Amino acid sequence: MTETQLKGIIFNIQRFAIHDGPGIRTTVFFKGCPLNCWWCHNPESHKTLPEKIEGCNLRRGFDQSFSMEKDEIGKEFSVDELMNEIAKDKIFFEESDGGVTFSGGEPLMQPEFLIELLKECNSNGVHSAVDTSGYADSAIIDHVSPYSDLFLFDLKLMNDDDHQKYTGVSNQVILRNLNELDQLGKKIVIRIPIVPGLTDTDENLRAIRGFISYLKNLVEVNLLPYHRAGEGKYIKYGKENKMNETKSPDAKSLEDIKQLFSGLKCRVKIGG
Amino acid sequence: MNERIKKLRELSLGTEETISIERARLLTEFYTSGEIEKCSVPVARAKAFKYILENKELYLGEDELIVGERGPSPKATPTYPELCTHSLEDFTMLNDREKISFKVDEETKNYQADKVIPFWNGRSIRDRIFNEMDDQWKESYSAGVFTEFMEQRAPGHTVLDDKIYKMGMKDSKEKIKESLNSLDYYNDPKTFDKREELKAMDIAADALIAFAKRYSDKLIEAAQQENNQTRKDELETMAGICERVPINAPKTFWEALQYYWFVHLGVITELNTWDSFNPGRLDQHFYPFYKSDIESGLLDKEGAKILLQAFWVKFSNQLAPPKVGVTSKESNTYTDFCLINLGGVNEEGEDAVNELTYLILDVIEEMRLLQPSSMVQISKKNPNDLVSRALEIIKTGYGQPSLFNTDAIIQEMLRQGKSIVDARNGGASGCVETGAFGKESYILTGYFNLTKILEITLNNGSDPQTGKQIGIQTGDPKSFQSFDELIEAYKKQINYFVDIKIKGNVIIERLYAEYLPAPFMSLLIDDCISKGMDYNNGGARYNTSYIQGVGIGTTTDSLTAIKYNVFDKNKFSMEEFLNALNKNFEGFENIRDLLLNETPKYGNDNDYADEILKQIFEIYFSAIDGRPNTKGGHFRINLLPTTSHVYFGSVTGATSDGRLSGVPLSEGISPVQGADVNGPTAVLKSAAKIDHLRTGGTLLNQKFSPQIFEGEDSITKIVALIRAYFKMNGHHIQFNVVDAETLREAQKHPENYRDLIVRVAGYSDYFVDLTPELQEEIIRRTEHMN
Repeated sequence: MTETQLKGIIFNIQRFAIHDGPGIRTTVFFKGCPLNCWWCHNPESHKTLPEKIEGCNLRRGFDQSFSMEKDEIGKEFSVDELMNEIAKDKIFFEESDGGVTFSGGEPLMQPEFLIELLKECNSNGVHSAVDTSGYADSAIIDHVSPYSDLFLFDLKLMNDDDHQKYTGVSNQVILRNLNELDQLGKKIVIRIPIVPGLTDTDENLRAIRGFISYLKNLVEVNLLPYHRAGEGKYIKYGKENKMNETKSPDAKSLEDIKQLFSGLKCRVKIGG
Repeated sequence: MNERIKKLRELSLGTEETISIERARLLTEFYTSGEIEKCSVPVARAKAFKYILENKELYLGEDELIVGERGPSPKATPTYPELCTHSLEDFTMLNDREKISFKVDEETKNYQADKVIPFWNGRSIRDRIFNEMDDQWKESYSAGVFTEFMEQRAPGHTVLDDKIYKMGMKDSKEKIKESLNSLDYYNDPKTFDKREELKAMDIAADALIAFAKRYSDKLIEAAQQENNQTRKDELETMAGICERVPINAPKTFWEALQYYWFVHLGVITELNTWDSFNPGRLDQHFYPFYKSDIESGLLDKEGAKILLQAFWVKFSNQLAPPKVGVTSKESNTYTDFCLINLGGVNEEGEDAVNELTYLILDVIEEMRLLQPSSMVQISKKNPNDLVSRALEIIKTGYGQPSLFNTDAIIQEMLRQGKSIVDARNGGASGCVETGAFGKESYILTGYFNLTKILEITLNNGSDPQTGKQIGIQTGDPKSFQSFDELIEAYKKQINYFVDIKIKGNVIIERLYAEYLPAPFMSLLIDDCISKGMDYNNGGARYNTSYIQGVGIGTTTDSLTAIKYNVFDKNKFSMEEFLNALNKNFEGFENIRDLLLNETPKYGNDNDYADEILKQIFEIYFSAIDGRPNTKGGHFRINLLPTTSHVYFGSVTGATSDGRLSGVPLSEGISPVQGADVNGPTAVLKSAAKIDHLRTGGTLLNQKFSPQIFEGEDSITKIVALIRAYFKMNGHHIQFNVVDAETLREAQKHPENYRDLIVRVAGYSDYFVDLTPELQEEIIRRTEHMN
């Protein structure tokens, strides 16, 4: 089987992921991302190829092939290898209406590999979700969408200048792809990173609300509060952290934002 | 919580732990009175019990609603010199020790020296046991191969069913009479023994009736002197209750609580039974009373809650009897393992959850006491609401209620030959032990150090800590050509030490049967009355003896490390390995690094390690399960440690999983602390590879950071996590919801963390009351975050 010979580069597999879609999930992190968001908490995901990081070998573990502390980031996997890992938690998926989430990085950057995985999930009865920035060629969206049960779609900034400044790319492709997915009838969860001072402005949030209120297949909105958990990684990997002292949004402002979105005909949730 | 309950609770928590000489004095008075020479052993025991209850001081606290204390006042803890005669040095040690201390005053010491020690020395069961055991047993015991539960505490390990709510003591006396009348003097050679036992039970029933009558009189007197009309009415009501129960079956919720409490005091006064006796399925037994009192308007929900809270305080007032020697190491806590069961199924196998279940959960949450401890039985028939409600309490970080799989518990009992109805009416008690409530004596006989035996195997039968040859010679491991040879040797050593343990056990069982029958307990457990046999002599319908395996995680990882590095990957030789262990890895840091970081470990859903876990389980199971005890029952296994994993670790040298000498072993069936790196689902998958249904209980603790419980759907997802584990036949799971940072702070500033409660093993305890070793062990457990 040529398909199963396909390899993908993965930098982490997290079992018992409970903030990446419905139920208990296994989240597979694809390496490589076309965006470069200031607030990214997985800076090690940016580059496409595996990379060696010196001097960060703090704690290894036989079974933790992807430990953040491990010196090699990213590893090649075949479809079968990954499916074996995913299948291990099937009983938990069944019990919780969970499944697998392909995240990253940007899973759409390895489309053939992703499609094969999604097909395997379908034939094994594993619910699948693709967690995406939406930044991809529209042909890829068309190819991938039939096989994924759910899209977790990030919306960050509606002003394109801001979007370019803080993520490195224009949001035009992203918004077009979001409409495209909706046209195709795919279930969509919109995920908005709430980054104080950047994405949490009233103007931005109202613009997002305006845009998504037209979506026919919107099932949920997740407000993802910025957190500083990724801070250590910037230091460790010697990458520049532009967020400085930005703090997590407080509970009150999150509630206010939730209130802002309450008019939508779908569930609005703080957290994933 | 209202003011009255707050005061009662604070009094319980704030009272200092003391030793009371009262019980020892009354017992010694009776035993030196010349009475015992005139009667049989069971009758003498019953008369002594009656003498204590007729003469002990009656405590009546301000604002109390349920009356009766085991000692003269809350937390005044009696001693049981017929089991363990404390020396004056013991008393000094108990008084002075840093953790789990008991204050002993001069009067107590003097009485102990003048009267108790001279009479009981050599007569106590502890003295008898150590005199009876052979050298092999003594060597194994002092090496820390196993512990002995009964060396200073009596067999208990049982829980009540619903019989006392249907029968008064006068009905029990009637049953005794019937049993006496049906004795067959012509064909049954045991008739005399049975007659004496039944006479003893009858005296024990009278003793409890007399005790309640004394309380009734005291309450009437108190009411007469009371000026506050509300309290006066209350005291009169309570006097009436103590007049009606336990002689009659209870008719109201309050009567049922007071009746149970008298029975509880009876059991823990008669002997210092292990695992404080408890009412078991509280929400089931009390629901009919609750319902009828609410319907009749006698009680409202709030009133029922206050009575339950007052009941909770009574448990909190009774501490585990003072422990010394190895027993204090294996069970180093004030907690006495009284475990209230909620939820589960009724005897038809249907969902048994009712309104009272949730009310009791409210009580548990508000009271936040260590005793009684509590658990929720979760069957596939029970609603998710029940699990969610339990998790809402667990997430506050108090280790209660613990979560049990009813469907597994039932299957465990069926496998052991119990009837389906008895199994459905049962549950778990102590830490995690499966039992047929009201019908079974399920004795835990001692912890068994699975890791120490591997150490002995690797040294060809000798204990490297002492150089003594305490095991059999199973070959020099350096000569082993395959992993199977090592497993074979380990198996022989396990069988050898299990034999030693069982030989000791059968002798100890007979010592209790002969010298320390428990006629009062026998009134309560079927079928002691109809058989005319004592609880300690096979009177119960089911009689199970457990030997509790400890360190299965450490042992699995150690054997896995040898298979992987020596036989499969040839990374180093057995000789190098043994040298590294002998040197506690000093100078072998590279080997230790490979062991810790590049060797498969149990708890990661990795079959390489988990297959070895299954092998160890089979070896241990086959060595024990199904062997006969002396009470018509069988030996069985379960896997739990209380605090023995710390003690066993302290007597076990470095192990081949990279563990250093003296460090605690893994706890229950939990993975080695820090070895599980793939998250909770992987731990549960690994743990479920053990065949829980062939045990009488397994214990799995997971440490979750409090953040896991945040977020709107988190509880629902954790409910699913538990359901999946139970679907795989997992027996029990509990969560420690506290982060390592908080625990570190508590170590540095104990004064600010006096109320910090953590899950230790099958029980919770105040973190500041734990030994430093145990505190460290809990901190080292893997914390699952998200």
